[in-house]
Amino acid sequence: MYRYDQYDQSMVDARVDEFRDQVARRLANEITEDQFKPLRLMNGLYLQLHAYMLRVAVPYGTLSGTQMRMLGHIARKYDRGYGHFTTRQNIQYNWIKLSEAPDLLAELATVEMHAIQTSGNCIRNISSDQFAGAAADEVADPRPYAELLRQWSSFHPEFSFLPRKFKIAVIATDVDRAAIQLHDIGLQLVRKDGELGFKVWVGGGMGRTPMIGHVIREFIPARQYLSYCEAVLRVYNRYGRRDNIYKARIKILVHELGAAEFTRQVEAEWAILEPLALDAPQAEYDRIVAQFADPEFDVAAPDSVDRSDPDFALWLDQNVHAHKQPGYAIATISLKPVGGIPGDATADQMDLIADLAARFAHDEIRVTHSQNLVLAHVRKADLYALWTALEGAGLATPNLDLVTDIIACPGLDYCALANARSIPVAQKIAERFADLDRQHDIGELKIKISGCINACGHHHAGHIGILGVDKKGEEAYQLSLGGSGAEDASLAKILGPGFSEAGVVDAVEKVIEAYRVVRSGPGERFLDTYRRVGAEPFKAAVYAPAGATS
Amino acid sequence: MIRLLTGNVLETGDVVWWTGSNWSLALRDAVDVGPDGDALLARTVAAERINDPALVDAEPTRDGPRPRTMRERVRGAGPTVRADLNRPNSIEATA
Repeated sequence: MYRYDQYDQSMVDARVDEFRDQVARRLANEITEDQFKPLRLMNGLYLQLHAYMLRVAVPYGTLSGTQMRMLGHIARKYDRGYGHFTTRQNIQYNWIKLSEAPDLLAELATVEMHAIQTSGNCIRNISSDQFAGAAADEVADPRPYAELLRQWSSFHPEFSFLPRKFKIAVIATDVDRAAIQLHDIGLQLVRKDGELGFKVWVGGGMGRTPMIGHVIREFIPARQYLSYCEAVLRVYNRYGRRDNIYKARIKILVHELGAAEFTRQVEAEWAILEPLALDAPQAEYDRIVAQFADPEFDVAAPDSVDRSDPDFALWLDQNVHAHKQPGYAIATISLKPVGGIPGDATADQMDLIADLAARFAHDEIRVTHSQNLVLAHVRKADLYALWTALEGAGLATPNLDLVTDIIACPGLDYCALANARSIPVAQKIAERFADLDRQHDIGELKIKISGCINACGHHHAGHIGILGVDKKGEEAYQLSLGGSGAEDASLAKILGPGFSEAGVVDAVEKVIEAYRVVRSGPGERFLDTYRRVGAEPFKAAVYAPAGATS
Repeated sequence: MIRLLTGNVLETGDVVWWTGSNWSLALRDAVDVGPDGDALLARTVAAERINDPALVDAEPTRDGPRPRTMRERVRGAGPTVRADLNRPNSIEATA
C-alpha cells in the first residue's frame, strides 16, 4: 500500500490547521455562512437533514487495518457508532458536529486520511477495481496509476474550480468492476506490443442526464497518461458550461461537441502539452509502483478448501473469487444483511474487519462501489476461519451480486437533496427475497436505488433501477430496467408510470417473476433476458394487474 | 395549516424548531409563527447562528405539529430506518 511521504503528510496537516482556523472564525461569526460554506465543502463537510455529514476519502478504495480501525474510532467518538460506505468507495458519517470536525480531521491525518476534495467542483476521489492487485486476469495493478492521479489532482491549481465535479476511475481488466464507462474519465490499463498504456473513455456519467462514455483514444502509453488527462481537463475547463449547473458536466460538452470534435480538441491540446514533459519521471512511477508490490505470499499455501460445511460452501461460491496467486482467494464481505442498511457498518464491525485483515489478509481492505468490503489476499486455508468470524458479526451474508445485494443511496432518511427514501425500499425488497434458494434461482441481478435524480445510488446502471421522486410532497418511485455499469454498460429505461413505496416492491417482484417465466434457462441472467426480449413482457406483468398508482 | 420556523444549529447541525421565545430540539415544542414568520426568518438569517432556516407548513395534531412534507417529518423525527436514533417524543415520520 502507498504510504504518505513528507509532502503528502505536510499538505494534509496544513489543511487541518487551515480548516481549524476557518471553523473558529465561523463559530465566532467573523465570517458568514455564505463565506464559510464553500470552505467546509472543500473539506467534505456537508449540512444534511439531521446534522453535518463528513465524507472521508478512501483513495481507490484501499485501506489498511490501521485506517479501518481509525474509521471505527471516528464513528464511536464523533458520530453515533457507525458509518456508511458509498458508491464512490468512500465513507460518510452522518452525525458530525462542526465544532468537533477539526479534531476529527486531525485524528484522521494521523493515519494518512482526509476529506479533501470529496466535495466541490474539483477532481474527486479516484476509484478503481476492488480486486486490483489480486485479480487473476489483470494486466497490472491499476492502483499506482490511480495514486499518481490522486497526487496530480490534489490541490491542482488549474482544476480546483472546474465547471462541475469530476470523477475518474481506473481498472486493468476487461471485466469492469468500477463502472468506468459511467465516469467523466474512465481508464483501462492495457498492454499493446508489450507496452503498458490506457484505453481512454470520456464523457460518461449518471445524474439527471445519464450518458455512456466515448472512447477517445484506444491507447496512450502509461508514461504519458497524466499529460493526456491534463489535456482532457483543460478542454473541459475551457469550454465546459458554467452558466447552467445542469449542463456543466463534461458529458454535456462531449455530447454537444460530438465525440470526434472533442477528441480533436483534446489531441490538439495534448500536442501542446506533450513536449513540455509534464508527465512524472520514470523514477517517480517506480517509487509508487514499488509501494504496491505484492505482499509476501505463502508459496506453499494449499489450493484446496474443505467445503463440508454447507453454509460455508454457499458463501464460498457466492462471495469468494479467484486470486492470481495459487492457494489464495479474494473474499467479499457483504454489507447487505437482509433487513440491514446497505453500506452501513458499525464501529465494532469496522474493528473486527481490521482485526481480520491483520490476521488473514496482509492488513489490507478494499471498499467496493457496490458498498461492500473486500479482503483481497486471503489464504484459502484461512477462509473457513475468516467466514466463521464474519458469520458471528453478521458479515457473512452470501449474496454478492444477487437480488438482495442492493445499492442504495442514503436517500431522504439523511440527504438534504433527496426526494424520497431509498433505504426502506432496499430493506423491503431484501426482505421479500430473503430466501436464499430463491435468490440463487434468480441469479445475478443488480438492483440500484437512488433517492433523487442525482443518482448516487446508480439507478441508471441497475439491471433494475429505482428512482425516488417527489409527488406533491409525498414519495413516489420510478422503475427502470436494463442498465449495467459493467463492461457491457447500458442505461436503464423507464418501464412506465410510477409507484408508491409498497407498490414498487410489488412491481419488482412481478418483474422478477416475469423474468423467471421468459428466461431461456437458469443460466440466462436477468439483464440478458431483458436485452433479448425487451420491455414488453415486464410491462405486461407489472401494469396489467392493479398495482400502479398513476 | 400552520407555519413553523426551523433550521440547523451552526455548531452541531442539530435540527431545531422555534418555540416563540427560543429554539427547541423537539418538534412538538414548535409554535405557529403565523404572519410573523417572514420577519422571524429574516432575523434568523441575519443572526447567522442557525443554518438553512426555513418556514415549513404543518398540520396541528394532538401530538404536536405534523409537517406537511415527508422531508420535514423526517427532519423532525429522525431517520425512519434507525428507530434507536429517533428524537424523543416525536411523531414517526411515516405515521
